[in-house]
Amino acid sequence: MKAAVGILAVVALASVPLWLRDPYLMNALITTGIFIIGAMSLNLLLGFTGQLSLGHIAFFGIGAYVSALTSLGFDVGLPFGLRIVHIPWPPIAGFVLAIVVAGFCGYLVGLLSFRVRGAYFVIVTISFAEVVRLVALNWVELTQGPLALTNIPSITVGLPGLGDLTLRTKLQNYYLVLTVAVVTYLLISRLVHSHFGRSMRGLMENETLAVSVGIDVTRTLTLAAVISAGIAGAAGSLYAHYIRIIDPEVFAFINTVTMVIMVITGGKGSLAGPVVGGLIFGLLPVFLRPIMAPEAQWIAYGGVLIVILFILPRGIVPSLALRFAKPPKPIEARAPAAFTERDAKEHA
Amino acid sequence: MTEAALTVEKVAVHFGGLVALSDMNFSVGEGEIVSLIGPNGAGKTTAFNVVTGFLQPTRGAVSYRGTALNGLKPHQIAGLGLARTFQRTSVFPNDTVYDNLLIGLHRQSRVSFLDSILGLPRARSSERRLRERAGELVEWVGLERRGHDLAGSLSYGEQRLVGVALALAAEPSMLLLDEPVSGMNASETHTFVQLVRNIRDRGVTILLVEHDMPMVMSVSDRIVVLNYGRIIAEGTPDAIRNDPAVIEAYLGQGAARA
Repeated sequence: MKAAVGILAVVALASVPLWLRDPYLMNALITTGIFIIGAMSLNLLLGFTGQLSLGHIAFFGIGAYVSALTSLGFDVGLPFGLRIVHIPWPPIAGFVLAIVVAGFCGYLVGLLSFRVRGAYFVIVTISFAEVVRLVALNWVELTQGPLALTNIPSITVGLPGLGDLTLRTKLQNYYLVLTVAVVTYLLISRLVHSHFGRSMRGLMENETLAVSVGIDVTRTLTLAAVISAGIAGAAGSLYAHYIRIIDPEVFAFINTVTMVIMVITGGKGSLAGPVVGGLIFGLLPVFLRPIMAPEAQWIAYGGVLIVILFILPRGIVPSLALRFAKPPKPIEARAPAAFTERDAKEHA
Repeated sequence: MTEAALTVEKVAVHFGGLVALSDMNFSVGEGEIVSLIGPNGAGKTTAFNVVTGFLQPTRGAVSYRGTALNGLKPHQIAGLGLARTFQRTSVFPNDTVYDNLLIGLHRQSRVSFLDSILGLPRARSSERRLRERAGELVEWVGLERRGHDLAGSLSYGEQRLVGVALALAAEPSMLLLDEPVSGMNASETHTFVQLVRNIRDRGVTILLVEHDMPMVMSVSDRIVVLNYGRIIAEGTPDAIRNDPAVIEAYLGQGAARA
């Protein structure tokens, strides 16, 4: 039943370019898709471990910059007369490196802050994003600072038997983003249903008890942070190669807030939550644009957020799921052999 | 007494100027049921927290089966086969009883992270085993009718049972129960005593902290009495029942003289 809904949703999304010709709407869908991938990665931390990363855009931005620089190449002077010269690599290598570097940053942030957690984690992540933004802004030799990195090449994928395909058009990028989003969704789904996911849930619900049944807090949370950051990095890479220009504004706090809003309205801790929330808040600007000034749109977002959370306080997906929930089927009773024997002897 | 499984030597715990435990020595033999009793504030839960690594002692040493526990983290101590239950927070409230046990079976899962992400057959068969085991544990503590209810919605007594099942999920060689029958009625307590004996008969050593004296007297092999952070008596239930120091601690001096 659940799988059927999922397949139907993917088929519906895959059919969109067949009937939608408006390039502006296609563009909105692609950037929304990229942000949904970011929101899914944020949900892994916020919804399944309870840790709020308010600097999540840092991993996204790092992914974008790493991927862009890998495919553009750079020539940077370092202290002590060292120089690093990097010859451009294919963008697909940038995509992989974006995941690795963002994941490593997630590891560092996790290692530093999960000793304390809660509010401290929020502060560390905000600071981290701000520091990364300042680096991107001021290390002009590497990042061009506010002048932005331009002419970032589009992603080229090698198709077996068909040669190389460079994804330049909106149509191609739409399917690329859709594919990465579906893979991300499946990955996170596997993850949270595995015993690792249960450890995360246990920690969120009752840390003391989780520790006493042998769950390693630091390892679990750090691993979640690495995967979350890696996915955000992948989204950032897609963004860089689609928009083909990035500047330090990508690290703006509002971008993190947008992702948090997507997760909260859709429903944190539910797999489909960020997708639903992301579609709403990603496409809302498209529909508001003809009738509202950009400043007024932000007020409208706030209004929509409040109305949704007022009606469906747990977020859209969990609240609706609860409303339509069927009573669960009972556990099949199986007698544990070791004990029935002993009990039988005692009663005899 | 058989060979000692758990040894607590000269343990002291100070919270700033407050002495919660001063110079505590006792040991628990393999397969024994030992109870730790004493008036409120005597240091029982502190002793528990020291043994399970939730608190580091100010002085002294704890060892289990020859391994020193000082400096180990709680999850590492759990890894050595010491499992515990908690007084208040004994369940994962927003998960079903069944899922609670799947979380508790964490240590039994031998699949690597990558295996479970890729959904390899090894991961799936391990998952199946865990589910079977969770079903057995639910049944063993007699909660099969509640398996799909959220643990947080269960009665106090039932949550205690989930707590015990969770501790057992780790397949411990020693189980520490912190006031397990508080909140249970007489018949629930009676069933619980049977359960504790059953667990011991499987070869699990048990250390119990409890206020319910009839329960303690009926289930324990030995009793250790704490008061004001020190041990004032130790012995069989019969010896403890007649120990003047114990009577004094519980009922006051007048009663001891009377």
